[in-house]
Amino acid sequence: MTTTIRVGTSTCGLAAGAEAVYSAIDAYLHRRQQTIELQRTGCLGACHREPLVEVITDSGATLYGPVTPERVRPILDQHFGPAARTIAPDWVVSRRADKADYPFLGRQVKVTTPLCGVIDPASLDDYLAHNGYQAIRQTLGMSPDAVIQIIKDSHLRGRGGAGFPAGLKWEITRKQPGALKYIICNADEGDPGAFMDRTMIEGDPHRLIEGMLIAAWAIGATKGYIYVRAEYPLAVKALRRAIQQAHEYGVLGKNILGSGLDFDIAIKEGAGAFVCGEETALMHSIEGLRGMPSMRPPYPSEHGLWGYPTNINNVETYASAPAILLNGPTWFANLGTPKSGGTKAFALTGAIKNSGLVEVPIGMTLREMIFDLGGGCKGGRPFKAVQLGGPSGGCIPAELIDTHIDYEDLKATGAIMGSGGMVVVDDTTCMVDFARYFLTFTQSESCGKCVPCRVGTRKMLGILTHITRGEATTRDIDKLLDLCQTVSTTSLCGLGQTAPNPVLTTLRYFKDEYMAHVEDQRCPAGVCPLHGMADDAAKMDEAAAQVEVAI
Amino acid sequence: MISLTIDGKTLQVAPGTTVLEAALANGIDIPRLCYHPELAPSGGCRLCLVEVEGRPNPQPSCGLLCADGMVVHTQSERLTALRREIIDLFISDHPLRCVICDKNGHCDLQRYAYQYGIAESSYDVEYSRPLYQDDNPFFIRDHQYCILCSRCVRMCDEIVGANAIEISGRGFTSHVATPFDGPMVDSTCVFCGNCVQVCPTAALMPAMRIGKGREWEMQRVRTVCGYCGVGCALEYAVKDNAIVYAQGYPSAPVNGEFLCVKGRFGWDFASHPDRLTRPLVRRSLLADMGIEVAASDDGATVPSAKAGKRGLVLSDAADFVPVSWDTALDIVATKLADIAKAEGPDAVAGLASARCTNEENYLFQKLMRATIGTNNVDHCARLCHASSVSGLGMAFGSGAMTNPIRDIRGADCILITGSNTAESHPVIGYEVVRAAKKGANVVIIDPRRIPLVDHATLFLQPKPGTDIYVFFALAHVILREGWADQDFIAARTEGFDAFAESVKTVTPEVAALASGVPAELIEQAARVYALGERARAADPSAPSGNSHRPQTERGHSTILYAMGITQRRNGTELVMTLANLAMLCGQVGKPSTGVNPLRGQSNVQGACDMGALPNFLPGYQLVNDETKRKTVAQGWGLADLPTQPGLTVVELMYAALEKRVRAMFVMGENPMLSDPNLSHVEAALRALDFLVVQDIFLSETAQLADVVLPAASSLEKDGTVTNTERRVQLLHPVLPAPGEALPDWRILCAIGERLEAKLRPDAKGLIQWNYPETAAIMEEMASVTPIYGGMRHNRLEGAGLTWPCPTLDHPGTPILHTKGFSRGLGKFHAIAIQEPAEQPDAEYPLTLTTGRILYHYHTGTMTRRSEPLAWRESRAYAEISAEDAATAGIRDGGPVVITSRRGQVRAQARVSERVQPGTLFLSFHWKEAPANALTQDFALDPVAKIPEFKVCAVRIESPKAASHEKASARAKEPALAS
Repeated sequence: MTTTIRVGTSTCGLAAGAEAVYSAIDAYLHRRQQTIELQRTGCLGACHREPLVEVITDSGATLYGPVTPERVRPILDQHFGPAARTIAPDWVVSRRADKADYPFLGRQVKVTTPLCGVIDPASLDDYLAHNGYQAIRQTLGMSPDAVIQIIKDSHLRGRGGAGFPAGLKWEITRKQPGALKYIICNADEGDPGAFMDRTMIEGDPHRLIEGMLIAAWAIGATKGYIYVRAEYPLAVKALRRAIQQAHEYGVLGKNILGSGLDFDIAIKEGAGAFVCGEETALMHSIEGLRGMPSMRPPYPSEHGLWGYPTNINNVETYASAPAILLNGPTWFANLGTPKSGGTKAFALTGAIKNSGLVEVPIGMTLREMIFDLGGGCKGGRPFKAVQLGGPSGGCIPAELIDTHIDYEDLKATGAIMGSGGMVVVDDTTCMVDFARYFLTFTQSESCGKCVPCRVGTRKMLGILTHITRGEATTRDIDKLLDLCQTVSTTSLCGLGQTAPNPVLTTLRYFKDEYMAHVEDQRCPAGVCPLHGMADDAAKMDEAAAQVEVAI
Repeated sequence: MISLTIDGKTLQVAPGTTVLEAALANGIDIPRLCYHPELAPSGGCRLCLVEVEGRPNPQPSCGLLCADGMVVHTQSERLTALRREIIDLFISDHPLRCVICDKNGHCDLQRYAYQYGIAESSYDVEYSRPLYQDDNPFFIRDHQYCILCSRCVRMCDEIVGANAIEISGRGFTSHVATPFDGPMVDSTCVFCGNCVQVCPTAALMPAMRIGKGREWEMQRVRTVCGYCGVGCALEYAVKDNAIVYAQGYPSAPVNGEFLCVKGRFGWDFASHPDRLTRPLVRRSLLADMGIEVAASDDGATVPSAKAGKRGLVLSDAADFVPVSWDTALDIVATKLADIAKAEGPDAVAGLASARCTNEENYLFQKLMRATIGTNNVDHCARLCHASSVSGLGMAFGSGAMTNPIRDIRGADCILITGSNTAESHPVIGYEVVRAAKKGANVVIIDPRRIPLVDHATLFLQPKPGTDIYVFFALAHVILREGWADQDFIAARTEGFDAFAESVKTVTPEVAALASGVPAELIEQAARVYALGERARAADPSAPSGNSHRPQTERGHSTILYAMGITQRRNGTELVMTLANLAMLCGQVGKPSTGVNPLRGQSNVQGACDMGALPNFLPGYQLVNDETKRKTVAQGWGLADLPTQPGLTVVELMYAALEKRVRAMFVMGENPMLSDPNLSHVEAALRALDFLVVQDIFLSETAQLADVVLPAASSLEKDGTVTNTERRVQLLHPVLPAPGEALPDWRILCAIGERLEAKLRPDAKGLIQWNYPETAAIMEEMASVTPIYGGMRHNRLEGAGLTWPCPTLDHPGTPILHTKGFSRGLGKFHAIAIQEPAEQPDAEYPLTLTTGRILYHYHTGTMTRRSEPLAWRESRAYAEISAEDAATAGIRDGGPVVITSRRGQVRAQARVSERVQPGTLFLSFHWKEAPANALTQDFALDPVAKIPEFKVCAVRIESPKAASHEKASARAKEPALAS
C-alpha cells in the first residue's frame, strides 16, 4: 500500500487556508523527493478543525487539524522525517482509520458522505475504485418497478425537509402518461447556516449523478436538471467536471451502458433567491421565468417542468440511492427508525464547539448530537436551544434535549427536520432577537406574490422590532400570535407557511423572555437595545437595511 | 360530471372546473382580488380561501379543482377572520385616499374593505412604493395603490404576449416593473391598456381619465370599435357629451374585455378641431353655377385647409366656401344628374366606404345602381381582400373567414402568412398568443420578422414574392409523406388530381432555392400543419424524437392570412393555394380550422356584403345573373338594373383620365393616399368634371373635391357593421355629431331624393329614399340580400348574428362549409407559379413592401389626430436592414430617400432586424411620405383587379446623394418629389 496524504480543499478548507497548507506539503514532499501521493479531497465534516490533513500509511491513518503551513513540517516529520519532532497533542484529531477516538467523526454513519474527504472529487477513477457506478449497473438490470419497490422498502424519505416518501414520489411520477419526464435535483441550499449540499457535491459529485441515474431509470426520465446555487462556485465546477467525466465514461448520454436508457443532466445555476428552493418556484426559474411559487396541486409529479411530469428531490435524497441499491433496502431501513430509514446529514453550527457536517442515523437524540458529537457549546457556556430547519424551522429548548431526531418527534416540538440546518444557541442569545433575525431573512426573501407573506411577515418583523425596543405591549404579543396563525394558514407556499415557526417556537418555549422585554423593558440576554437607547435602535435599522441590500 | 356541495348546494360541474368557477357560476360569491376569469389563477391574494371538509387548512378556491363528493364552505367565522386579517394587511400598504381617488366606487379593494368592515389598518401603515409614473399619455402607474395581484403581469404575458412588465424585487418592496424600471415606451409595451382594464385598484388608470369625474357621474355607451375588422365591442364612459375613457366589457362577443391601443385610446380624433362641420363647395364652382352664397354662409373657417407641411401640398385646398346643406346637396344632385344625363350613367362612379355602416353602403350602391343606373361602384376592399372574395369564392363558394375568431384559441396549429396579426389585428393576435401559450404550434410564413414570431414555433422567411414556392412545397411534402386527408379529398372536393400534379416538381429543395427558406423548415411546417400537431416542450434543450406528446388523431389547424397574400398580381391564385392546402389536409369545415382572411377595416366585410362592388349586388349576387338581378330590381321598385359589371377602383382611375368617367362620389375613402401610384391617382381625380367627397375630415382626397360633405363618425351614429368573421353588430351613438355633420345614410337619402327628382321626375317615390331610421334600411336590405335575410336590428343587440342568416329564426352560421361547401364540392385549383411583376434590378435594387403599424390606421386621418397615438409614433419611418443601410450610407434614425419608377418619398430610417437584406418596409399611413407614391398599378390580379401593393422595386439614398442626383438628372424627376 502506498502512503497517501489527503488535504481537504472544499470551501471550508480553503477558507481556513488549505491551499497554503497544500503548497507547503507539496514543497515538503518535493524537497524530500518522496513518492507519496498527495491528494485533494472534499471535507471530512470536521469543519471546525480545518484545514484538515490526513496521513495514511501502512501503519494506519492520522488526521491532523487545524494545520497551518508552519505546522506542516513538524507533522510530516512525524511520518517521513529523519527525526520525529514533537507536536502539540491538539494538532491531532484522530489516530484511527475509523475515527473512533474522535466521536464527532466516529459516531457518524456515512451513507451519503462516505467518500467526502476520502477521495479526490475531480477523479472519476477514485469514485470507481469505491464501488462507483456499480449501483447503476445493478439498477439497469432490474425493472423500474423493482427499483421503486427497493426505494419504498428502504423507507427513504425526502431529505429536503418535508419528508415525503421518496419511493412513492418516484412511483407517482413514473405512472404519469407521456414519454417526456424530468427529474430535478434541488441543490438550492438557501437556509442560513446550512451546507450539506455543498459538502456532498464538492466532496463526491459522482454519487449525486449516480443517484439521479437510478431515479431516471426508475421514473423513465430522459433529462435531469441540477438546480444549484451560483454562490457555490466550487460545487458547480465539481459538477460540471463530473458530468463531463460521466459522459466520457458512458453513464450519461444515449443508450447508457447498453441499457437503452437515454439520460442527460444540465446544470441550472440559481440567482440567489431563497424562494427558489421551493419546488414550483425552482421550476419557474429553470424555465427562465421569475422564481415565484405556484399553487399546488397540481404537483410537479403531474404537471412539472414545462408542464411535464417531474420528480424533484434534493441532493441527499438522490445521494442515498446508490448505497440503498448496493446494500439493500433492509440495511438502509434498519439504520433509522421504523418510519424513516437511513441517515440524515446536518450542518451543525452556531455556538457549538465542534461545528461541521454530521451524518447520523435517524433517531439519534439531540443530546447525543450536541454533546457527544458537538462537544457542547463553545467555551462551555450553557446550552439554551437549537434551531432546526433554518428560517422555516423552529427552536427546541434545552429541556427537550432528549428529543429524537426523527420527522414525527421533531414536528411535535414545533420545529421540523428541515433540510439539515442545526444552529445551536447558548445563553448569550436573546430569543426574541433570534426570532427577529430569521424574520428579517424571510420577509426580505418573500417573492411578493401572496399578501400574508409579503406584508404579513413584514408586520411580524415590525412587532418583533417593537418588542426588542421595548415599545410593545402584551396586546402586541397577542397580535403577533394571531398574525402568525394567519400567515402560516393562508400563505401560498412553504416559505410563508413556515415563516412564523421561529416566532411560534420561541414564544412557546421562551415566552418569559418576550414578557421581560414587554413588561420590564429588559432583555435577559442583554442583547436588545431597549428604551432610551435610540442610537442603538438606529444602528439596528441600519444593519437590517444592510442585510436587505446584501440579500 | 362531478358532483360537489358548496354552501349546502349540490352542484354538477364539468371536470377541470375550479371551486371558484363553480361557485360563481351558481351565484355564490367568494371574495377575490387576483382572480380573473381569462387569466391563469395565481393564488396570490388569498381572499378566495374556502374550507373543504376533511382538509385542515383553508384552500384557495381559484386553484382548487372540484372533486367528486367534495364539501365546501365559502363562509365561516374562521374564514371571515382570515379575510379580515388579509384585507387589514392589504390596507396597511394602501393609502386610503378614496375620497379623491378616481377609482372610488369601482375599486375591488374598497369593496371588500367595506364588505368586511375594515376602516383602517390595525398594523403600522407603511407604503412599499409611493411612486407615481406618468411617462406616457396612455395610462399612469400609481404604485402606492398597487396590491401586487399580478393581473396586469399575467395579462401582458398570457393574453397580449408583450411581456413588458414583471414583478421585480423581493419582499415587501416587490413591485411591478418594466425591465430595469425604465419608461414604458422603452419596454416591449404595446399600450393596449389591457393591464389597466384588469387592475382592481387605482394603480393603473387611463391617463385621460385622471381628475375627469366620478364613476357614477358617467354614462356608459356600448358600441363597436371603428378601426380594424376585428369588430371589438367596447364601452365608452361619457360625461357632458365627451368621452372620458373607453374600456372593454366581458360579454363582448369577439374580444371579451380586451382591446388594442387604437380601440382603447384612439377615440379622441372624433372631437378634433379638424372635424368637418359644414358642407364646403369650391368657390369657382359656385361662380360657374351662378350660386350666390348667403352672407351667413361665408366667412366660416375651413378646417385643415392649410394642408400638409410637406408631401402632398394641394395648393387649391383653401378655395372652399362653407354653404348650407340645401345648397350643397342641390349642387351635388344637379352635377351628378347633368353628367349622367349628358354622358350616360356609366360616366358616374362611386367609391363606398369600409368604415361606414352596412345600411350606408347598401344605400350607396343602391344610389349608384338604382337611381343613377351604373355598376360603377367599388371601394377599398378592391385594394385589400378582393382576391379573397374571388379566390375563396372559386374554391369554397364563399369569400370570407370560414371560422370565428374565438376558434383560434382552440387550434393545435396556426399557420399565419402575409398577416402582421399583432399589429394590424391586435385582438386576433391575442388569440394566437393564447393558443401558443397553451402549446399550439404557430407557423409564420412572412418575409418580415413580425412581432408574433416571438410566439412562433416555426418561422419561414421567404424573400418577398416567393412564398408561393413554399406553399407548393408544403403541399408537395404533405402528399409525399402521406399526410393528406384522403377521405376528405374523396368525399368533399374536386380537381385534386390536376392539383397534385401541379405541385409534383416543387420539392422543398426547389422551394428553398427560390425562396431562401431551408427545406427542413418547410418539411416541419408541412407536418405540423397537416397533422395539426401541438408544440413540443418549451425546453430548449429537450431531447428531440420522443418529446411529442402522444397524439393519435389529426389535430386542428387553421390558416390566417391578410394582405401579404392578397395584394399581389396573382392574389386570387395565392388565396386558392391556401384553400388547396386546407382541403388537402381536411382542415376546413371543423372548429378551429379553416382559411381565414383577416379583413382590415371595421366594415370592409359589410361593404362587400352590401354589394359595394362593381360585379356583385348585395349578398354576392352577380350582376350578370339575370334572375337574381331582377329580384333585387323588383325589391327596389324597378324592372331591371344595369347588367354590365362596373369598373374597379384602379380601372376607375384610368377611366377618369380617359374621360370615360366624369363624376365621382367618394364616401369615406381616401384614394389620394390609399391607392397605388398616387401621381396617377391625383391626375385622374383632377381630370374629373365633378368630384364630391363625403368624409369626417378634409382628407387628401377631399382637398381635390368640388363639394365636401361633413359626415358623422362611427361614434356618432347607429346602424350595423360586419366584422371579419361575418358577425353583424349594432353601433350605438356615443357622441353627438359636431356642427352640422350628418350620418352618411341621411346624406345619401337626401341626395337620393334630389337625384330621383331630377332623373325620374315622373316617378316620384318609385325608389324608396325616405327611411325613418336605420332599422328600416336593414329591413329593406334583408329583403333583397338572402345571406342577411334573417337580420333585424332587434335581433342584433348583444352578440349580433353571423351570416349566412337567411331567416328570422336562423341562429347564424359561425363556421362555414361544415357539411358541404357553399359551392357544393370544394374545388382544388392547379396553378402556375408567378413571381411579382416588378423585380429588383440594377437601378432599383431593393424590394419595397408596405403595410400597417400598430399605432396607426390606414391613411392616418383618424389616428394621426389622436393625441396619444400620434405621441407614440409621430413620423414616417422605413425599416431597413443593417446591411442595406450601411451600403447606402444611411444611419439609424437618419433620413432616407426612397425612389421607385413612379415617385420618391423621404422618411426616417429605422435599422431593424425585422426586414431581411434587400427588403424595405414602409407603412402607408403618412401623407408626408406616402408609400403609395412608390407602389405600382400596372400589374393587377386578372380576376380580382387588385394591384400589387406588396412588392415593388425601389432604391434608397441619403438625402444628400438624392439631391445631387436630382440636379444631374432633372429630366427623370418623378412627379411627386417631396
